[in-house]
Amino acid sequence: MDKVKIIEVKESIFADNNKEADRIREELKKEKTFLLNLMSSPGSGKTTLLMRTIEALKDELRIGVMEADIDSAVDAEKIAATGVRSIQLHTGGMCHLDAGMTEHGLKELGTKDLDLVVLENVGNLVCPAEFDTGAVKNAMILSVPEGHDKPLKYPLIFTVCDVLIINKIDVMPYFDFDLEKVREYAHMRNPNLKIFPVSAKTGEGMDAWTNWLKQQVNEWNNT
Amino acid sequence: MHELGIVFHIIKVVERVAQENTLTAVSQVSLELGEVSGVIHEELTDCWKWAVKKTELLKDAELLIETIPAVTFCESCQETYETVKYGRICPFCKSERTYLAQGNEINLKEIKAC
Ligand SMILES: Nc1nc2c(ncn2[C@@H]2O[C@H](COP(=O)(O)OP(=O)(O)OP(=O)(O)O)[C@@H](O)[C@H]2O)c(=O)[nH]1
Ligand SMILES: [Mg+2]
Ligand SMILES: [Zn+2]
Repeated sequence: MDKVKIIEVKESIFADNNKEADRIREELKKEKTFLLNLMSSPGSGKTTLLMRTIEALKDELRIGVMEADIDSAVDAEKIAATGVRSIQLHTGGMCHLDAGMTEHGLKELGTKDLDLVVLENVGNLVCPAEFDTGAVKNAMILSVPEGHDKPLKYPLIFTVCDVLIINKIDVMPYFDFDLEKVREYAHMRNPNLKIFPVSAKTGEGMDAWTNWLKQQVNEWNNT
Repeated sequence: MHELGIVFHIIKVVERVAQENTLTAVSQVSLELGEVSGVIHEELTDCWKWAVKKTELLKDAELLIETIPAVTFCESCQETYETVKYGRICPFCKSERTYLAQGNEINLKEIKAC
C-alpha cells in the first residue's frame, strides 16, 4: 500500500472550463468566426428574435445556429426554414452547456466558412451563467411579461452578459414594467451592459440590435 | 440536474490533479461551497455517489463539504453584512448599492489519495 497523501488544490471547479473556453475563443479568432451565446428564460422570444436577426443579417454575414434547447425540434425547423445551417446540440439532459459541449457543437457544425455562430443556450437564468462557453459575447433576453425585477433575482447572469435585450416591448402598456428600473438595476450589477429594448414581433428597435451585432462581428473577424 | 453537471466538473479536476501527482486511488475530496452558490448539498452528494461509481480513480471517494458563509459588501457605507439574513439592502444604511463579496464559490479544496 502506498502512503496516503493530502494534496491541497484550492481552485475553482470552473477553472478548467474557463481555460477550455479561452482556447475556443483563440481558435475562433484564427478562423474569423464570432460566437454569440444567447441566454434567457423559456418563452422570452429567443427563436423569434433569432429569426428576425438572421433575416436582417444573412445577406451580409454567413450565419450558423446551434440549438441547445431540450425539446426544440420545432425551433430547429423554424431556423432551418431561414436557410442558415443549424444543428441540435445534445446536452444529455443537463441544465447548461459547458465549453466542452460547445466545442463538440462547433466541430459538428463546421465553422470555417461562417462569420457568425449563434448558440441558443438552455432556457434558464442560473446555470448557463456559471459556465463560460467560449463565446465572444454573451447576450441575454428579458421579456416584458417576466417583470423588471429579474436583475435583482438573478444577479449573476447580468454580470456575465455584455448585452441585455428587452423583448416584447409592444406589450409594455399591458404590464407593470418599468424600463428605467431595469436599466437602473441592471447597471447596478454591470455598468458596461448594453441594453436594447426591442419587439421581435413588430420589429421595433431591432435595427439598433442587429447593427451592434454586425459591428461586433466585423471587429472580431477583421482585427 | 445542475448538481450532476457540477459533480462532473469536480471529477474532471480531480482526474487532472491525480495525473499530475501520479495518484491511483482517491479516498476523500473536500469541497468549499459558498452558502449562496445555489448548489443543494443532498442533491450534490447523491449525484456524487452515483457518478464516482463509474470511475476507477474515485470509486470509493467520500465527498466532504465545507460551507463558505455569504457576505455582502455595501458600496455606500463600506460595511459588510450577512447576505442570507439581510438580502440585498444594506441593514446599516438601507442602500441598494451592494454586491456579494463571498459566498458563491465552488472550490476544490484538497484531495486525500494514494
Ligand atoms: N407580443 C410579442 N410576442 C412575442 C415577441 N417575441 C416573441 N413573442 C411570442 O412569444 C412566444 C415565445 O416565443 P419564442 O420565440 O418561441 O420564444 P423562445 O424563447 O424561443 O421559447 P422557448 O424556445 O420555448 O424557450 C411566441 O408565442 C412568440 O410569438 C414580441 O416581441 N412581442
Ligand atoms: Mg426557442
Ligand atoms: Zn450600507
